[in-house]
Amino acid sequence: MPRSFTSRRELAQHSFHPAVTLLVPLAAIVLQALLPKPLPRLAILDLPLIITLFFAVSRRNPISGTLTGAAIGLLQDTLTAQPIGINGIAKSIIGYISASIGLQVDVENLATRILINFGFSLLNSVLIYLINRRLLGIVDFHIMWLHELLRALLNTVVAIPIFFLLDRARRIE
Amino acid sequence: MESFFSRFKNSLVLITVLLLQIVGLAVQVRRTTDVSAPDAHSISLMRYWVVATIAPVERFFLGFGHNLRGIWSNYADLRHVRQHNRDLEYQLAQLRIQQAAIAEDAIQGHRLQSLLAFQQHYITTTVAAQVIGTSGSDLSRILYIDKGREEGLRPDMAVITPDGVVGKLRDVFPHTAQVLLLDDQTSGAGVLLASTRIRAILRGTPNGRMQIGNLTADSRIKPGEQVLTSGGDQVYPRGLPIGTIESIAPDPDHQPYTAIQVRPAANLSQLEEVLVITGTQTDLPQQAQQDLAVGAATTEAARAAAQQAEADAAAKAAAQSAAQIVADRLPSLHDVTNPNSPESTTPTTPVPRPTPTLRPDRYTPGAAPPATSLTPGGHNPQPANIPRPTTESQPKTDSEPPPQ
Repeated sequence: MPRSFTSRRELAQHSFHPAVTLLVPLAAIVLQALLPKPLPRLAILDLPLIITLFFAVSRRNPISGTLTGAAIGLLQDTLTAQPIGINGIAKSIIGYISASIGLQVDVENLATRILINFGFSLLNSVLIYLINRRLLGIVDFHIMWLHELLRALLNTVVAIPIFFLLDRARRIE
Repeated sequence: MESFFSRFKNSLVLITVLLLQIVGLAVQVRRTTDVSAPDAHSISLMRYWVVATIAPVERFFLGFGHNLRGIWSNYADLRHVRQHNRDLEYQLAQLRIQQAAIAEDAIQGHRLQSLLAFQQHYITTTVAAQVIGTSGSDLSRILYIDKGREEGLRPDMAVITPDGVVGKLRDVFPHTAQVLLLDDQTSGAGVLLASTRIRAILRGTPNGRMQIGNLTADSRIKPGEQVLTSGGDQVYPRGLPIGTIESIAPDPDHQPYTAIQVRPAANLSQLEEVLVITGTQTDLPQQAQQDLAVGAATTEAARAAAQQAEADAAAKAAAQSAAQIVADRLPSLHDVTNPNSPESTTPTTPVPRPTPTLRPDRYTPGAAPPATSLTPGGHNPQPANIPRPTTESQPKTDSEPPPQ
């Protein structure tokens, strides 16, 4: 019997095995903590952000994207000396927006993935800046925008092969 | 008909999640900071759960890397061990000599300090730890080490390396601890400028630099000056190296103070092993006292040997006779009887000869008779021979007879 679809979301919504849902974010956070030790310059990368974006655009569910971003961001905050919630807030917003965009746009396209990763990496830097300056009132918090531009570029370069690798773990509902 | 909640459930979930996190942030920020517990109990618990999950993985990778390095160093890299051992023994001997030179000053300094009732804290015990991981963010300069409460670590213990101060312990878990590096934006230390002795407060900046920001412009402060711990913050013992001043510029955010950038003495971005100071005391450790005593004894022996050498030289000088001293001081004479004497073989400049006389007369050298044949006031005979001038110098005159 032919299958019918009533919405775009039903057309292209993916799910993941629970082990993948749990272990991949954890692996991203562990790698993020381990890599700067031998190579300090790799601290510029943001692997949890890349994983948040992947799960948000793959599931195409704003609620799922929000909760995934919040969980990954909070886990990332527990390893830092900053108050817990800075990365949680930023990645919640990013998960919501990217999942919403995923409903409207074809995110399987390479160009789309490059734009999404570059744009949301910059958005993450802006959100962290606003949280530190406006919410926490840290007046000495400055951002070097060239450095953030470079961070967005490197995140994009690393994200594309990770996206292709994680595509294999998707299950079509 | 859809209800309000089902229609806007996505936005409502986002707003709820954000509100909860903002409230959590506000609670953490408003809470009065306790020195020994920088986080509330619930926050510490969250951090502990995550660290307890991640730390074993980090230890596994650390052990794996060490085993690989051990295979290389234990078998393939031994060929330079003997030479390295000899170099280290030589360096040790040099250090002992230097120690003897400064031991006297150190002992005098301690005597003066005791007179002033000055309390200084000396490092007595330390715990070595390996760095197993980082925070993963360049906005938060945190390291994780493989020692914790079980090994005697407590929050706010200073962490150092042989090069200088690294930071302090922030959060301590049973088998792991967080090290807050000096260049973290929440870090601070009381410092002292080595040459000018100006006290200041060093803080980390959000972009990972160390900066002194509570000093006004002072011409005495120059780049290259060493920065030491002052001991005033009751965390870092006094006198430990922190870094050197890199640059001095006006601080636009905090006028009229200057922003003094400090380059850290320890390489904070590539740390493998650190020392956690677990114990301090006001007296010198016993080993340091023994080293000072050895150094002082060596200095005393060297001084006695120098005095003995001076006394020997003075006695030798006094043993010389006065005539010898005078003879040494007079100019030396020619010794014509000894052709081998240094004076006779010394080449001398030729004495210039006078030019030959054109018209010799009785006054010409050699024309006067010897003095013994002369009679004062009497008639003296004319000399028989008057030296004739040489032909090359005398023009020929045949008409003039030679004088008699």
